[in-house]
Amino acid sequence: MTKEAEMCLEGKGLTKVFGYGTTKTVAVDHVDFKFHKGEIISIVGESGSGKTTLSKMLLGLISTSEGEILFQGKPRDIGSRAKKKEYWKGIQAIFQDPFSSYNMFNKIDSVLLDCINMRGGKGLSQKEKFDMMTEACSFVNLKFAELTNKYPFELSGGQMQRLMIARIFLLRPQILLADEPTSMIDACSRATILDMLLKLRDEINMTVIFITHDIGLAYYISDSVYIMEHGKFVEHGGADEVILSPKADYTKRLISDVPKIYEEWDLTTV
Amino acid sequence: MGKVMLEVNNLKTKYVTRFHEDVYAVDGVSLKIEEGKSLGVAGESGCGKSTLALSLMGYYFAPLHYMSGEIIVDGKNISNMKPNDIRRKILGNEIAYIPQAAMNALNPTAKIINFVEDVVHAHEPKVSKKDIYDMAKERFEILGLPEQVLQKHSVELSGGMKQRTVIAISTILSPKVLIADEPSSALDVTSQKMVIKMMRELMEKGFIKSMIFITHELPLLYNVTDDIMVMYAGQIVERGTAKEMVFDSYHPYSRGLMGSIIVPEAGVRDNKLVAIPGTPPNLKKPPEGCRFADRCKYAVDSCKTNKIEEVNAGNGRMYRCYMSQEKLKEVYDND
Amino acid sequence: MKNMIKQVFHSPKFVVGFVMFMLVFLTVLIYPLIVTGDPLEMIGNGAFFEPGTYVNVDEVVDSQQYKLHIDAKSKKIEKDLDQTTRDDMKEWLSKFGGVEESSIDTKDTAALLKLWQDHYSTDIKMTGLTAAKQKYFKRLGDTIVDIVNDEDLSIAEKDKESGELKEKTKIGSNVFARVSSISNRKTFILGTDNFGRDVLGELVSATKTSLKIGFAAGIVATLVGLLLGLIAGYVGGITDDIIMFITNLFTVIPSFVILILISYSIGNSRRGVGLVAIIIGITSWTWTTRSVRSQVISLRNRDHVNLSKLSGHSMFRIMICDILPYIASYVVMAFILQISTGILSEAQLSMLGLGPSTAKNATLGLMMNWAMQCSAYLNGKWWAYFPVILVIAIISFSLNLMNTGLDQVFNPQLRD
Repeated sequence: MTKEAEMCLEGKGLTKVFGYGTTKTVAVDHVDFKFHKGEIISIVGESGSGKTTLSKMLLGLISTSEGEILFQGKPRDIGSRAKKKEYWKGIQAIFQDPFSSYNMFNKIDSVLLDCINMRGGKGLSQKEKFDMMTEACSFVNLKFAELTNKYPFELSGGQMQRLMIARIFLLRPQILLADEPTSMIDACSRATILDMLLKLRDEINMTVIFITHDIGLAYYISDSVYIMEHGKFVEHGGADEVILSPKADYTKRLISDVPKIYEEWDLTTV
Repeated sequence: MGKVMLEVNNLKTKYVTRFHEDVYAVDGVSLKIEEGKSLGVAGESGCGKSTLALSLMGYYFAPLHYMSGEIIVDGKNISNMKPNDIRRKILGNEIAYIPQAAMNALNPTAKIINFVEDVVHAHEPKVSKKDIYDMAKERFEILGLPEQVLQKHSVELSGGMKQRTVIAISTILSPKVLIADEPSSALDVTSQKMVIKMMRELMEKGFIKSMIFITHELPLLYNVTDDIMVMYAGQIVERGTAKEMVFDSYHPYSRGLMGSIIVPEAGVRDNKLVAIPGTPPNLKKPPEGCRFADRCKYAVDSCKTNKIEEVNAGNGRMYRCYMSQEKLKEVYDND
Repeated sequence: MKNMIKQVFHSPKFVVGFVMFMLVFLTVLIYPLIVTGDPLEMIGNGAFFEPGTYVNVDEVVDSQQYKLHIDAKSKKIEKDLDQTTRDDMKEWLSKFGGVEESSIDTKDTAALLKLWQDHYSTDIKMTGLTAAKQKYFKRLGDTIVDIVNDEDLSIAEKDKESGELKEKTKIGSNVFARVSSISNRKTFILGTDNFGRDVLGELVSATKTSLKIGFAAGIVATLVGLLLGLIAGYVGGITDDIIMFITNLFTVIPSFVILILISYSIGNSRRGVGLVAIIIGITSWTWTTRSVRSQVISLRNRDHVNLSKLSGHSMFRIMICDILPYIASYVVMAFILQISTGILSEAQLSMLGLGPSTAKNATLGLMMNWAMQCSAYLNGKWWAYFPVILVIAIISFSLNLMNTGLDQVFNPQLRD
């Protein structure tokens, strides 16, 4: 198995510029990356580092100013709506705020049914659809029988985020882009979400791009880590390598600024 | 044993909603903080920790209502004072409060020195502007904020700087208790560190006599406060020193909470994260027995019906569970 | 949804507004069922009959007479002698009758008349007065004689053949007729207007037309505003710029001026109720567009819209399913305000004579216009315009109350 064959998503000189003239801001500045299949990749950066812009570009929600994205070895083409739809079968997302990720006027059933329809399950029988939804919910430790005919806002934040993962389970994209999926939910529900992302990787070999500002989370969950500062990747590599022996100053600072438990937290360095 | 700065006895407050469904957000909280000590409050969102912060000020506005209990600040009971008296005599010079988005509280059209003047004049109307400026300058310099900040407008400052400025302004009268409700959550890690450093300095230099620090970030709490208190569904479930709480907590809930700590340190990847299933109870109708019983894997039938009292474990440590310390240890070892 | 409606009906402001509006609305619906007939029939021959019950005089004469021991005469005198007459009597008595001025009490009718009968005489020379004033006092004397006249009234019938007057009945001052035995009665609760039409019936039908105009204008304005706001907010870019340019143009030019110009240029003959409603609608959509656009822009970046895009839904579907429901409450509020604006605009236009030109339909504005043209204000004919003002006030007040109530439900920050 060669490395090239495993390549899932690749970026070459990816750039996003907002505004023009004096108000020109470079949000993402010529970044290159290679994401391998079946890995959890973390992109770590502080607010304003351009990580959300990058994720929107990867999703095709905003256009790229420069550079190209290779999806499964081929340059991606999202020129038309049909092609976009096809691309989105391969890449899906979970967003930061579970409370705003749902249309509060739609029931949970319709959220999940929508996913089945997108995977071409329109012609399936009611029973088959029901079984699929039940399976997806049990994957995330939810009981579909209790959720049917409920609205998303009747659930807690953690449950809503788990339902989002159930949605991903039904859609089965090759790549999942998780944009700070745990920052809005409680610490004790956070573990569940992380476990499920790991499960997605292990059981269906999904590539997960995990975007976070919390370097501790990134270390816990990922196989490889990209550190982003002002629209550029300053360091990347395996999780242990980057976190335990950082080379870039920015990475060192990030790690030293996070409160520690086992080591002394040095407050004099600011 | 130092002088007790803040003592709270069986405080109960509630939110009055429309349709007359009251939410008992703080239900019988008692605590004591000595001079020079800091107390951290941890818990899930909705457990009542922010409400506790609001309730401790004694300044209630709808929909929050006071029910019973007493709040004693440095020997003075403030729980039955009139709101206006509290505002004039207590807030600012006895108790200072910093909410999460404190930095957004600065009026963009005023200079920082104007806020300092406002705070001082509200309590001591006769102080001249010159004296206030000198006082503010001195305080700002000790806290590592440049003097020029005083002459700036809030929009000229960065988020972290604004937050630190607000903390400096609200503690300008050297209050006895500082209540900080997630003061650093909206900031990036570097600014957060600076805010924490400043709060430590405030304590060390004696500008504040005691501090209550509320956050959901446990590693932060471990590094900032002496004691940690875990709240669940409006009640305190456990209290102890920071070290005891993080590495050796008694209550199953605190244990779950501490098991979810993630830090970028070697060895963390091998730890299995603990997840607590289920959701907290509805505080409109709190359960009669242990409030955590529904989510607790060690719960027995009697947990749901018997009222669980606080157990004093000595040295200021307490927890709220029917099992003894030895029994709990045994249970955890078996896992 | 259910919960939302429950909340809405817990808002006291909304409930008060709703009840007031429904009272007006139901009256408009039910009144024509009870009182049938053309509300704009010119029933009175003459202008501005006062409110009250009118009975047929012929029938009164013919009806059975009842003698009651009531001093009807003095009551009638009391009513007929108005204050000016009394003051003039006093003036005459003190000047020429030789009565001490302080001993005359104009309030005491009996005493005044007694003084008058004792002292007044046509023989007394009124020196020092102009000829006109002298004649006036002579007339006054005659009038008072008429008023005080105690004789019975005779009703005579003309003989068909000889043309001779033949006395039919005599009516004394204490003769009464039974009102309910008179079959020809007509009650004008609010009197009649300048054309002799029953104001109440006219008012109800005018309210109906005005509400129709308000609704139609509101629907047009809300639809146009909503559509443009949705497109501008969601599509963004150059489309947004163009739509906002047009909107800003319409916002800075006073819409009432446009309204007048359009109304005027369409011409009197073609300006019907529907057309006026549409004209009002297409000049008042700007506000809705601006607010809908800003709401859509904030919704456009919400994650559920992004997710909907990722699910491959079309722009149209996202707008209808993911954005519209969120701004629906807002649009309803805007719609309610637009109705109110529509009704007021129609009233303003019609006051200026630019409203619907129709003889078949009355509108609230037209009623005001008619009252104004016939100087009802100057002549104190309050019933011709005051009820109209009141109805306009009640409608727009109730609609605004409903709007404020909804606002409080949907924007919890505004609750106190």
